[in-house]
Amino acid sequence: MTDQIASSPQDTPAGADHNRLRPSLPEDYEATREELLEFYRQMVLIRRFEEKAGQLYGLGLIGGFCHLYIGQEAVAVGIQSALKPGKDSVITGYRDHGHMLAYGIDPNVIMAELTGREAGISRGKGGSMHMFSVEHKFYGGHGIVGAQVSLGAGLGFAHKYNGDGGVCVAYFGDGAANQGQVYESFNMAELWKLPIIFVIENNQYAMGTSVNRSSAEDQLYRRGESFRIPGIQVNGMDVLAVRGATEEALKWVQAGNGPILLEMKTYRYRGHSMSDPAKYRSREEVQSMREKSDPIEGVKKYLTAAGVSEDELKTIDQDIRKIVSDAADFAETSPEPELHDLYTDVLVEQY
Amino acid sequence: MGIEIKMPALSPTMEEGTLAKWLVKEGDEVRSGDILAEIETDKATMEFEAVDEGQIGRIVVPEGTEGVKVGTVIATMAGEGAGEGADDAAAPVPAPKAEAPKAEAAPEPKKAQSGTAKLVPEAKATVKDPALPEGTEYLKTTVREALRDAMAEEMRRDERVFVMGEEVAEYQGAYKVTQGLLEEFGDKRVIDTPITEYGFAGIGAGAAMGGLKPIVEFMTFNFAMQAIDHIINSAAKTNYMSGGQMRCPIVFRGPNGAASRVAAQHSQNYGPWYAAVPGLIVIAPYDAADAKGLLKAAIRSDDPVVFLENELVYGRSFDVPKVDDYVLPIGKARIMREGRDVTLVSYSIGVGVALEAAEALAGEGIDAEVVDLRTLRPLDTATVLQSLKKTNRLVVVEEGWPVCSIASEIAAVVMEQGFDDLDAPVLRVTNEDVPLPYAANLEKAALIDPSRVVAAVKKVCYR
Repeated sequence: MTDQIASSPQDTPAGADHNRLRPSLPEDYEATREELLEFYRQMVLIRRFEEKAGQLYGLGLIGGFCHLYIGQEAVAVGIQSALKPGKDSVITGYRDHGHMLAYGIDPNVIMAELTGREAGISRGKGGSMHMFSVEHKFYGGHGIVGAQVSLGAGLGFAHKYNGDGGVCVAYFGDGAANQGQVYESFNMAELWKLPIIFVIENNQYAMGTSVNRSSAEDQLYRRGESFRIPGIQVNGMDVLAVRGATEEALKWVQAGNGPILLEMKTYRYRGHSMSDPAKYRSREEVQSMREKSDPIEGVKKYLTAAGVSEDELKTIDQDIRKIVSDAADFAETSPEPELHDLYTDVLVEQY
Repeated sequence: MGIEIKMPALSPTMEEGTLAKWLVKEGDEVRSGDILAEIETDKATMEFEAVDEGQIGRIVVPEGTEGVKVGTVIATMAGEGAGEGADDAAAPVPAPKAEAPKAEAAPEPKKAQSGTAKLVPEAKATVKDPALPEGTEYLKTTVREALRDAMAEEMRRDERVFVMGEEVAEYQGAYKVTQGLLEEFGDKRVIDTPITEYGFAGIGAGAAMGGLKPIVEFMTFNFAMQAIDHIINSAAKTNYMSGGQMRCPIVFRGPNGAASRVAAQHSQNYGPWYAAVPGLIVIAPYDAADAKGLLKAAIRSDDPVVFLENELVYGRSFDVPKVDDYVLPIGKARIMREGRDVTLVSYSIGVGVALEAAEALAGEGIDAEVVDLRTLRPLDTATVLQSLKKTNRLVVVEEGWPVCSIASEIAAVVMEQGFDDLDAPVLRVTNEDVPLPYAANLEKAALIDPSRVVAAVKKVCYR
């Protein structure tokens, strides 16, 4: 069985530092009707996009490793919606399609990268795990588990150095949370009060190893405590809880308090990658999460309560299907990179 | 019988130092642990403590004296308190031991000599940069100062440049390379890190991706193995993986190769490791002019650069041209010595060994040409092949292991592209294929030296 998804954070400060300043407990975000519709639209886009990617993988059009974000949509959408595009920066690991879509990056160039085409965002040289958009301040897309945490601290360092007021959000998983460099980075980020939000997307499984089997402290939001980084546990299946926690985190970081850690309790419905035999959890467990905690169904309830009609949602669904099928067509029909591209972009300069 | 106080060796590489200040005067009573003097070494200013009790007799070397050799008598000490004090002593003062205050400071006949000594023969007058105009003035500069000047100049020129690493700021650099930078640029741009190589290499690489130009100092490249993932996976590959979108203009620098008597974990040449990676620039300069001109070029480059220095030459002085902005091209080898009979190819500290060997060979009627590669990636194979065309014989001199080395690479390039010019097989003079031992005699046996180069050259010349 998986852990219960926490619906509210339970923070028990240690007695010795009860005087320490801590962020307030976040409240669920109060979204307008338009914002709710936009959350819905983005989450459905991610889900349909990922389903299509899964299909294309099955057809052999996408190769290598492909990590789908299905089930975790509320995390990327809730957080990105609170950031300022062009000012705040984002970095994540290899499960990166969802973050890019939530950042407003064109689905066509993402899908074309998955199929390894010239028109792909990395010109076909990066693939699913290595995508970047400096223009959107999306710094990847990194294939080494945990590397993005140190690199993210570097992006936070650059924000502070330049005094540009930006904040870096560094996403990583429950698996990466056991990498040593994460803690090296926590230490320096707090020491230097870097403007960074560390986000653990705890989808409960590092490949096939559950958090309980891999983490002595399985309440991952506490992992920053020995560096004096406050942590908040968040229901990552609820976009309004995610957004609310992000608002609180931004307030904390922007006030110059240094980093903060958000543990997003979430769940991936699909395998770790496309070749996952899924022997480590039961079908019932996955089914139960889908039925009880699905983030898209959750938003639908909020929308219904806000008086949005089924028809309105259907129109959105249809638009999304069109966008995704166009992206797939684009990705299938775009040419592969020219052979001479093999030798370009190794170095920036000529020597 | 008095005790001689001798100039101590306060670091593995110290051969001489400055007696900066005496903290005692003649006639003072001292007890063991009292600070006698401040001594400036090649790395830092250190306090020198008394080991024995007694009275300072004569101060032999006055304060402010520079270049005091290790083992020189700097003062004498009477081994006992003054006569009148002896009466009220509760117990008799033991007879002073007639030995030096610090055992390792005494140049005893059995003193262990580091095998690295032969790696750093007297600095040879190196060739002048042909690109510089006639009449250019040259200043004697140590490699250490040249590196510092390069960083300071680039930091003045570009706000985005900053330096981070262990002990680079307040300590003034573990090897004094960053001396004075904190004072000039402040703690925003000269940043002490915790001992956390993987973490700060990643933070540096991330900052570079975010638009800054970091110089990351590793106390030595041995410790960079903790960080090699970021050097290779993050810094070297990102530009390619992003289709040319995301750059990582960063310099990873620090001492590389064998140091003196520090054994296997602190003595390794990583040149071949990094030179194997597309997406990196790898530079390994020999003298001070190159250290300066190439480090400036490295900092300006938009590509990630691994800049391999050598601790054993930090303190050596060479001529550095006195020009406003001395920047050298990356990827260009240079001819250090012209010759007709054989080509010696080397880089970093090996260049000095090759030059020494060339001098010895000249005495035997063999005229050796010495090529300094300077940059290991991209490798200037054209200069090597051109020299081979002239001499038809080639020996590679490398302070590093033989297997999968730069020497192996040069041999392969010559096989592929210079085969018809060869009158003899290419030979490699490298360190022995073992982890570097501590024992002085074994260390000596493991490292290259000029005599081995001479022997190899004779072999390829069939002499």
